[in-house]
Amino acid sequence: MTYFDDVAVGVRRELGAFRFTSEAIRAFAVQYDPQPFHVDETLAARSHFGGLVASGWHVAAIWMRLNVKAREEDRLAAERAGRTAPVIGPSPGFRNMVWRKPVRPGDELFFFSEATGKKTQVSRPDWGVVLMRNGALDKAGEEVFAFDGAVFWKRRPIP
Amino acid sequence: MPGEVSSYGAYELSRDALVAFAAEYDPQPFHLDEEAARDSLLGGLAASGWQACAILMRLNCDGFLTASTSLGAPGIDEVRWLRPLRPGTRLSVRRTVLEARRSKSRPDTGLVKFLFELMADDGQPVMSQTGTIMFGARTPT
Repeated sequence: MTYFDDVAVGVRRELGAFRFTSEAIRAFAVQYDPQPFHVDETLAARSHFGGLVASGWHVAAIWMRLNVKAREEDRLAAERAGRTAPVIGPSPGFRNMVWRKPVRPGDELFFFSEATGKKTQVSRPDWGVVLMRNGALDKAGEEVFAFDGAVFWKRRPIP
Repeated sequence: MPGEVSSYGAYELSRDALVAFAAEYDPQPFHLDEEAARDSLLGGLAASGWQACAILMRLNCDGFLTASTSLGAPGIDEVRWLRPLRPGTRLSVRRTVLEARRSKSRPDTGLVKFLFELMADDGQPVMSQTGTIMFGARTPT
């Protein structure tokens, strides 16, 4: 999948797993989302969550970290094989982000990304936009988190 | 109340904080390195969009959420990263209430749909976000 033109729609890419610890949940939340149920075990136990839960933005940030790591692996694989590496990003935004289930200390999530469509733009002939369904499943295989993403992807040069 | 607009918050995004967030969560060259960023679509070093979301969350916590009856958010309808967020930008929030209603299934819960704009010091937004937040609702009288 070097160029936008080669991106295969409908293939799910596994990005890897991440286990959320109490320390990591609180460290992110203290800095960016200091609501009681994200930072304080005692207050969280009294909240409607019944215990500490990860900030939704922490879950999203971990998705991005694993996504970038997967792309870096693709880039290195392309280089090793003597192919042109894909040129990807940034993103214009996303839609329909849902946090379906609380993420608690000890929970392990399995992150994924799947191309769902492709758009070209007259205004930017060198770049396409790849539409994606991104998210994470829990151990039981149930979707915990998902969103519709989009990313600029360099097109194959016209010879 | 729908249509109500308020502005709050102050956050200066340092280059160090920008690069530190990117190194941990979004280590793409255009978020880490000036030279690599110059040749990218962003045209220079710019923050991860996820950091913009995280900063907006922090400003919303400090601005009103932590002192409210917030029950969290089920999701986000849309985020638009409108233009690159550069190091040194001073950010604030412009919040517009789009809709407020009581939950049909849970009458003790109110649902408020907001438009949040993360504003740069030139008065223009770098990011917009629409989504619904759940709050405790007063007992109907």
